[in-house]
Amino acid sequence: MKQTAKRWLGLLCWMLLASMPAAHAQLSIEITGAGANRIPVAVAPFAGEAALGEGIAAVVRADLERSGLFRLLEVPQQSPALTEAAAVNYAEWRARLADALVLGSVSARTDGRFEARFRLYDVVKNQTLGGIAYTLSREQARATAHRIADFVYEKLIGEKGVFSTRIAYVVKRSATRYELQIADADGLNELNVLTSNEPIISPTWSPEGRRLAYVSFEAKKPVVYVHSLTDGKRYAVAHFRGSNSAPAWAPDGKVLAVVLSVDGGSQIYFINADGSGPRRRLAASSAIDTEPRFSPDGQWLYFTSDRGGSPQVYRMPVAGGEPQRMTFEGSYNVTPRLSPDGKILAYVTRNAGRFQVALLDLGNRQLQIITDSEQDESPSFAPNGRMILLATVLGGRGVLAAVSADGRIRQRLPYSGGDVREPAWGPFID
Amino acid sequence: MRAILIALLAATGLAAALSGCGSGPQSQTPAAVEDRKPGADGGRPVDTLKVKPVDVTGGPAGTALGALKDPANILSRRSIFYDFDKFDVKEEYRGLVEAHARYLRENPAARMLIQGNTDERGSREYNVSLGQRRSDGVKKMLLLLGARENQVETVSLGEEKPQDPGHGEAAWAKNRRSDLLYSGEY
Repeated sequence: MKQTAKRWLGLLCWMLLASMPAAHAQLSIEITGAGANRIPVAVAPFAGEAALGEGIAAVVRADLERSGLFRLLEVPQQSPALTEAAAVNYAEWRARLADALVLGSVSARTDGRFEARFRLYDVVKNQTLGGIAYTLSREQARATAHRIADFVYEKLIGEKGVFSTRIAYVVKRSATRYELQIADADGLNELNVLTSNEPIISPTWSPEGRRLAYVSFEAKKPVVYVHSLTDGKRYAVAHFRGSNSAPAWAPDGKVLAVVLSVDGGSQIYFINADGSGPRRRLAASSAIDTEPRFSPDGQWLYFTSDRGGSPQVYRMPVAGGEPQRMTFEGSYNVTPRLSPDGKILAYVTRNAGRFQVALLDLGNRQLQIITDSEQDESPSFAPNGRMILLATVLGGRGVLAAVSADGRIRQRLPYSGGDVREPAWGPFID
Repeated sequence: MRAILIALLAATGLAAALSGCGSGPQSQTPAAVEDRKPGADGGRPVDTLKVKPVDVTGGPAGTALGALKDPANILSRRSIFYDFDKFDVKEEYRGLVEAHARYLRENPAARMLIQGNTDERGSREYNVSLGQRRSDGVKKMLLLLGARENQVETVSLGEEKPQDPGHGEAAWAKNRRSDLLYSGEY
């Protein structure tokens, strides 16, 4: 009963948020079960951070909070402001029930840029866990804050943080306006990559995170493009007679698996990502074969096929060989996505007419359905494997949400208008 | 003058060759020809050149073009609708497909694009493949009825181009369809 009430409250919050512009968006996170066991962390306002506009500490706090693994303690403004330069009174922070503390400062440099410094303290063990100094421009304040949050996350959780990674997705503004965008992992700092009068689907990040492959319908049919983000250069990498779709990058970034109908049906081919050379057919079947995805080690190709009568997930060796069926429960299992360690298969399953995200442990074959909406699509693992980004529908509009791989932490990304779909979480960037 | 004649012959020859090999150029505006007044080079009589007009637009002039647009003609009907999860062309559309096959047979220069579509349920990419299967099915029928392979291209728009943007079976029924387009219409 309590759970149900909480869920409804969560839904209500989401709907309220959906009607607000991004600037006023608040954190929307729901934690169930043992996820409530969060590490208490204090992030003090950085001394002098007002010079950077929104500052640093607020972004670090929001990042950590959104992960669902930390409980952020209130830290009132103090005068003089706390900085990483002064000695820390550990006993005082222990009394405030903090396990960890972040202190920092921002100062202006003579060249017009800024210096941001921080230090992370283990309050329980009375010791520092390290710190970094960054040189940044005003525009790099958010990026710097994400890096600091990544540092804190890695030190306290023991795995890499993903706050400084990016996501890509498509916004449908109207029947004749589509935007391919990228944003920070928190959904803010949106940048337009491509605007078109025709649909765009299936964006996917190159392994180095500087290019996107996607399907555009601007030629009145699906054509696969590769698009370089920094210079905006793009080229049609698969533009054969018929339909061209479902691009997937090989881990080396040099080859794409695509689905072509040029030789009949929907079949999987390999092509060079630079557009050179001939297309190579993976295998020939009389069924639909689509949605290819390479395993992280590049050895397997996972794909959706209806060769058994209903769409199911299969895999076959990239070098060629017999396909193996991977999904058995249900009559509609599509959109395979591998976790970064290759151990978990995420896919979309139809469950009594509802489309939900399922996770299959490839080791012990344990199956878990981690979403409970009507139309959950396009699951995409964070590069550390902890969260899964997905598209869902709320109040008739497409929005992005993220769910932890254990299903306990759910969050909705800020909504800035339009119908949002086709999310893809980008790789770690150095 | 002789040079112009050769150029004209070459141009018409090229156009004929193009229409023959069926690559279906999309340009509908003929290349501009310089207009020289006779007598400019000394008043010699101008050779008359007989030109056989070639139409490669795919929308032949006169009654045929009208037929494609005439609401009273079955050729103006361009959509085939499907049951849920199905891609077979239902019996009620047989006449429509036969009429278009006949048209393609009688107009070898005509080119058709068939766009397969699905309703919004399920994976976007899987729906691209389902739509492709629908358009491929229509093409197969057209070829069996005498249309040529190079006249028909089949593509899929998946769930991306609904005729009815609504949700629910009434809208979905309109969105599970194949649309038949002639060159110049896409």
